[in-house]
Amino acid sequence: MTGPQEVDTAEIRARYPDVFDRPALARLAMPAMIVAALGILIYGLVDLDFSPSRFVAGLSQLGWISMMMIPPDPGSSLPIYLKALGETLSIALLGTTLAALFALPVSLLAARNVVPSIILRFPVRRFLDSIRGVDTLIWALVWINVVGLGPFAGVLAIAVSDFGAFGKLFSEAIEGADQKQVEGIRASGGSALHEIRFGLMPQVLPVIAGQVLYFIESNTRSATIIGIVGAGGIGLQLAEQIRVLEWQKVSFLILMILVAVAAIDFISSKLRFAIIGRRAVA
Amino acid sequence: MTVAVSILPEQQLAVLNAAYNKAVFRKRLRLLLGVAIFAAALLLAAIGAEVNLRTLFTYFGNFVSYFDRILTLDSGQRVWTDVGEWLWGWRKCLKMLGETLLISYVGTLTGAVFAFALNFFAAENTSPAPWLRFVVRRLLEFARTVPGIVFALIFVIAFGLGPMAGVLAIAIHSTGALGKLFSEMVENADMKPVEGIRSTGASWLSCMRFAILPQVTAGYASYALLRFEINVREASVMGFVGAGGIGQELVVAIRKFYYSDVSAILLLIIVTVFIIDISTGWLRGRLFGKEART
Repeated sequence: MTGPQEVDTAEIRARYPDVFDRPALARLAMPAMIVAALGILIYGLVDLDFSPSRFVAGLSQLGWISMMMIPPDPGSSLPIYLKALGETLSIALLGTTLAALFALPVSLLAARNVVPSIILRFPVRRFLDSIRGVDTLIWALVWINVVGLGPFAGVLAIAVSDFGAFGKLFSEAIEGADQKQVEGIRASGGSALHEIRFGLMPQVLPVIAGQVLYFIESNTRSATIIGIVGAGGIGLQLAEQIRVLEWQKVSFLILMILVAVAAIDFISSKLRFAIIGRRAVA
Repeated sequence: MTVAVSILPEQQLAVLNAAYNKAVFRKRLRLLLGVAIFAAALLLAAIGAEVNLRTLFTYFGNFVSYFDRILTLDSGQRVWTDVGEWLWGWRKCLKMLGETLLISYVGTLTGAVFAFALNFFAAENTSPAPWLRFVVRRLLEFARTVPGIVFALIFVIAFGLGPMAGVLAIAIHSTGALGKLFSEMVENADMKPVEGIRSTGASWLSCMRFAILPQVTAGYASYALLRFEINVREASVMGFVGAGGIGQELVVAIRKFYYSDVSAILLLIIVTVFIIDISTGWLRGRLFGKEART
């Protein structure tokens, strides 16, 4: 019954000016951003000495290296590698736990609902920020200067750099907690410590536990690399074997790392779900 | 005025207490068991990691005095009394910092482009074939799990010393990390537009372009900016293995005990990371509104 309707385009144009006649500035914004991004990219490639010939030569070298990696073979040093892997896992576990223990009281100081005074809160936050601004590898170098080469330096490096991250995450968890329960404790005559222990902690501990587990998982990765600067674990072996060009051992070590990380991922996600129920943890 | 607090009679209270204790007994037992297992794991780990508390106590003073030393100039004064002397190498350091930023920029952009090209194949709902999805996913997983610095170590040997190895290492790692995040966004996208476009007889490519892409672009850009932030930190240590950037200067300063230089470089790195954090945060808020800031 109804044929194609006559559409008054002029009227529609008038009615939705934002769609049909976007200002020139808005239309140009996207291409301008892309051009700028590409410009910086090209400048970067030139400045960083990228050259096609070097790239191709490197790729063929890389292809050759990958050929040499097959098959992965630990040679006779499998026990050493297993011990190093154990060391790496220990570093991750201990470092994260230490960090969490120290970060909990500090994070209370950085939380708005516990410490209302900005004068106290601000320096604590900036302190945590600066610790986070320094990479784990740098902390590892510093600790090696203090306690010497070895896995202990790795533990301390992970503990310090995670301390910064945990301080921030925990304080955010505390700020996100429901104030009603704290008020309830206060109303029944509890002290400030009681408020924290019975009002806040029951709410934030599951969140914190989830975050700690997640960090143990991600620190397994970090712990594999701090060995590269001499702080123990499997990274030390890996860096050594790469430097002496033992590619079969290198690929075996990389495989070991992949398997270990996958295993830890699996275990910790199971544990996390057990602790906090089926909810995602940031 | 007296405060009336009703206290139950002794007998009733005892009954209630007993019931409560019984109710929480299992929970407490489980918690205790968990704590015990955790403590045992910690002990085992402490032995494995050669933790020596005596070393720590003996040398902890060193840790504190290390910061004292890096904040002291050669002349014995505090660094902030003579900023010109402290930051004497600022020209070179700024150049290296610029290189670090460029490494992370080029690496992030390349990684984002590759992740963008691969993510539609990795997402459950848009992948053309299951085997393709499997292959792409494993590839991304590999790129994500091997730490960037390990790639850098290998690339330094293949491509030679210099920032090129750092860029490629960061690009590969970012491809893995962003590819996963991107494909998760595609999986969360609304499929109705895809059906609409497919019903007009469009190809797979057009479906992606006109149905999926408009839904996910903002999220992509947000994640890429976040990744850039992370990569700046990562690039600052690439120099440790000879892959360019400010890390090179830092590792030399630390190893050769040029104390005041260490603090100067650390300060520059921290300030740069701050600035990048704040400006990308602002940019993300500006571009995508508050809700896209994850």
